[in-house]
Amino acid sequence: MTQVALDHVSKKFGANVAVNDLSLDIADGEFFVLLGPTGAGKTTTLRLIAGLEKPDSGRVLIGGEDASSWSVAERDVALVFQYYSLYPRYTVGENLAFPLKSRVHNYSADEIAQRVDTAAKLLRIDHLLDRKTDKLSGGEMQRVSIGRAIVREPTIFLMDEPLSNLDAKLRESLRSELKDLQIKLGATFLFVTHDQIEAMSMGDKVGILHDGKIVQVGTPFEIYNQPRDRFVASFVGSPAMNLVDVTLADGKLSAGSGLDVALTDAGRSRLSGHEGALTLGVRAEDVAVDSEGVIEARVHHVENHGVEKIVTLRTGDQLIKATVPAISQYAIEDSVRFSINQAKLHGFDRTTGTALTSG
Amino acid sequence: MAAVTTRAERIGHPIAIVAIIVVTLIFLAPILWITSTAFKPRAVATSVPPTVIFQPEVTPFVKLFTKRVQLREQPTQEVYDAAPWWEQAIFDNGERVLRVRGNVQPSQYGNRFINSLIVAGLSTILAVGMGTFTAYGFSRFKIAGRDDLLFFILSTRMLPPIVVAIPMFLMYRTFSLTDTHIGLIILYTAFNLSFAVWLMKGFMDEIPKEYEEAALVDGYTRMQAFFKIVLPEATTGIAATAVFSFIIAWNEYAFALILTNRRAQTAPPFIPSQIGSGVVDWTAIAAGTFLFLLPVAIFTFLLRNHLLRGVTFGAIRK
Repeated sequence: MTQVALDHVSKKFGANVAVNDLSLDIADGEFFVLLGPTGAGKTTTLRLIAGLEKPDSGRVLIGGEDASSWSVAERDVALVFQYYSLYPRYTVGENLAFPLKSRVHNYSADEIAQRVDTAAKLLRIDHLLDRKTDKLSGGEMQRVSIGRAIVREPTIFLMDEPLSNLDAKLRESLRSELKDLQIKLGATFLFVTHDQIEAMSMGDKVGILHDGKIVQVGTPFEIYNQPRDRFVASFVGSPAMNLVDVTLADGKLSAGSGLDVALTDAGRSRLSGHEGALTLGVRAEDVAVDSEGVIEARVHHVENHGVEKIVTLRTGDQLIKATVPAISQYAIEDSVRFSINQAKLHGFDRTTGTALTSG
Repeated sequence: MAAVTTRAERIGHPIAIVAIIVVTLIFLAPILWITSTAFKPRAVATSVPPTVIFQPEVTPFVKLFTKRVQLREQPTQEVYDAAPWWEQAIFDNGERVLRVRGNVQPSQYGNRFINSLIVAGLSTILAVGMGTFTAYGFSRFKIAGRDDLLFFILSTRMLPPIVVAIPMFLMYRTFSLTDTHIGLIILYTAFNLSFAVWLMKGFMDEIPKEYEEAALVDGYTRMQAFFKIVLPEATTGIAATAVFSFIIAWNEYAFALILTNRRAQTAPPFIPSQIGSGVVDWTAIAAGTFLFLLPVAIFTFLLRNHLLRGVTFGAIRK
């Protein structure tokens, strides 16, 4: 069942189009991640669902009903902000109880105490209940702000980059905690981030947002392996997918200076029918550096990532990134050869950026 | 670097301390002068050079608060003993308290002082209250022509008030507002409102709007969010604005002089008006001035914590 849906929603701020004819379905109990670069309209989308902004056109549906005329309170959504936004004069306990004390709910004092207690235990902040919020660490603050969201069991949790202000270690542990929490509550989450690792590791579904438009919605696997256009291909994945402008003619790919590759059967089946100018996409892990490789190159740069190394190869005026095992030794300007796994080639239309390959 | 700070580091450089003491003395000198004069015997009040050491007296305050008449002859021992202690103090000045059917006749000072409290207090509450709401509106909502409106509000302060004194007087007379409390309250509220709006807008802008949005999402109305979240956060700004508004209203002289004369007259025009009646008794005037200084000092002292934070972290810093 669809919990929250956006139906051709647009929102402008002055001349700036934040959200452009956006449609989206989020199913009940789904962990949906909205991924996009800064300024793509992610936060605006959240605020439109929460009712903090009104759409210029289109509808917001909550539980299948048109929520356009509903007030923020009536929508029964919870919003976790990037900067926590804990009420500064209240203790942790008072912050957690605040949503329950709203006249919309009418909870008894016992029930409030019990719900606060449950949420605090779940998030392991029960020892902090009497503490003022300015005496908390970043991780604790964000836990409190998540706690404030879960106490009242809302229709949907909206999370606006909740982890981006935390340090790397904490972010990693909260990432799995949040995912656990979502499974435990069986709740619907809409999680906004610009961090593709968060998106890939937490999302049941990921929606890629670019310039106020949804470019692609899919499972993390689909997003990674079947990017629908050049933007998705370059935005998702670290390192980013190698993109090279090439010309395909007579079963051969050529990129001007130096790079000339004959297509194998695998490559031909991926790119057949797309003769002419196109953009070729290859993930770093599909570039194999070995002495039998068909392309000559020099080592331009080496990055050690611990579990592996990323080598930037220079051939002609093209730079290609390749993942190699951590134990391999390369020095800058070493002469090497490499080949591409042609079964994993991606082709994109040179002008529109749309994917020519699928699957 | 040593973890322990030296004594000099903690209390500051000696030259700085000397400079601070000198400046403080310069600023405090008039206040010390008027305060000491308020307790001086009349004989030494205007002596040159000023008398610094003297026996403090309450005589000036007795004169300030009562109506008196000149004694024709020295009071007899009987009369002297029958008089209360505070009246005995003025016998030496050749005066006695005026009594009507045995009741001591008070001077107008008490009334004028209360008038000042009413007018300054109410106009401050009104200006700060309306200013807070207005500033919140300007800070949070899209208002057509917002910048022009804000400039217009500020522009009401650009005119020297005395320029409009005559038209104001005529308007007040037409509407029978002369010599009324409400008249002065309206005027002072109008004076302070533009100032309060600007000052409060700065403070409101610094309160993150996410707090209210969180409260809205948590099931509260905009009004509830304002009272529960925004207002407590704005106390610093409200305190600072209130102190400034109160000082302006409390000290206002020109319009109080023009628009009031009896019933609603405030202390500022009243205190110098005593100079005109007979011999100038500077001690009584000093006593009146001294008491007049107190409310602002007390008000500022009570709000000092908020005020300091307000001045350092609020709108005025920018």
